[in-house]
Amino acid sequence: MLTIESMQAFIEAYAARLEELCAVLDDLDNRIGDGDHGTNMARGFRTAADRTASGTFQDLGALCQTVAMALLSSVGGASGPLYATAFMRFAQSWNVCTHVDYAKLATGVAAALEGLRARGKAEVGEKTMIDVWTPAADAIAAHPDETGLREAVSRATNAALATRDIAATKGRAAYLGARSVGTCDPGSISSAMFFEELADAIAGGVTKTTWQTSAL
Amino acid sequence: MADVSIVVVSHSRQLGEGLVKLLRQLAPGVDLHQAAGLGEELGTDATAVAAALQQCPETNDILVFFDLGSAAMNAEMALELTPQSVAGRTHIVDAPLVEGAVAAAVAARSRLPVADVIQQAEAARTVPKILS
Repeated sequence: MLTIESMQAFIEAYAARLEELCAVLDDLDNRIGDGDHGTNMARGFRTAADRTASGTFQDLGALCQTVAMALLSSVGGASGPLYATAFMRFAQSWNVCTHVDYAKLATGVAAALEGLRARGKAEVGEKTMIDVWTPAADAIAAHPDETGLREAVSRATNAALATRDIAATKGRAAYLGARSVGTCDPGSISSAMFFEELADAIAGGVTKTTWQTSAL
Repeated sequence: MADVSIVVVSHSRQLGEGLVKLLRQLAPGVDLHQAAGLGEELGTDATAVAAALQQCPETNDILVFFDLGSAAMNAEMALELTPQSVAGRTHIVDAPLVEGAVAAAVAARSRLPVADVIQQAEAARTVPKILS
């Protein structure tokens, strides 16, 4: 069950995780992009966490909309409008809900994925966060329960690691083309962390991956 | 016929301000705005783009020019943040930032129809810059 409190806890935990792993994400992005994914994401979700911790929210719609607007005005790179789009679709899916069950969680994640595909104009296999969000959304939709959510985390993590072998055709890494092979997509890694923290906030007991630059 | 406003979206505040200054000299009287940079940092901000769109006169067609990929994404995002009465008059133009905006500003100064202004901006991509 996702509640206003667990969503607030998720945003805080994800912000803290991004701060902790900021350098790892920046290093990855330095190899195949413009080197600021960790910095941008940490700044954006810290802004979002501060705004959501201090506010009171009638429903998950209002909370997710606040997160989206915070990300838009503080992230700066492509991850700003992308993650903001995900939260805007959450807000539309969970409007007037103070809590959502696993079925509605699945609906929201599917809507977010559709939003990301439309915003980023990317498909699976192009070394983007779509590579992670797609199997995660599929896993939750196939089993809208705690097992499905844990499966989503494991599939997200594996998919993020698998982006290492893909040549980028979208985003800043596309300038490198084949030279982007051998480095994981930073947006995919931050997405895998997203699902780890989301699942941990909802169901607890998630074993979190130790992301280390040398292995990515 | 509606006039055309131009909104420059860039990761760099200096680039956005500099381009608007250039356009102002080339096409005085054309309504120009910029949404560039994220404070003093490099970046684009969809809420700033949305604010710029809403500053344009309400009868004008609005052309948005952008530098790199995520600027386009934030321009699209801005359309979701503005009322349909604004978003419906806004066109995100796929053109080189400087040459496209210059071509559009000059065409807008001549009060060409918006479709022609867009066409001239898009055509800037293939106009040679060194004449042989």
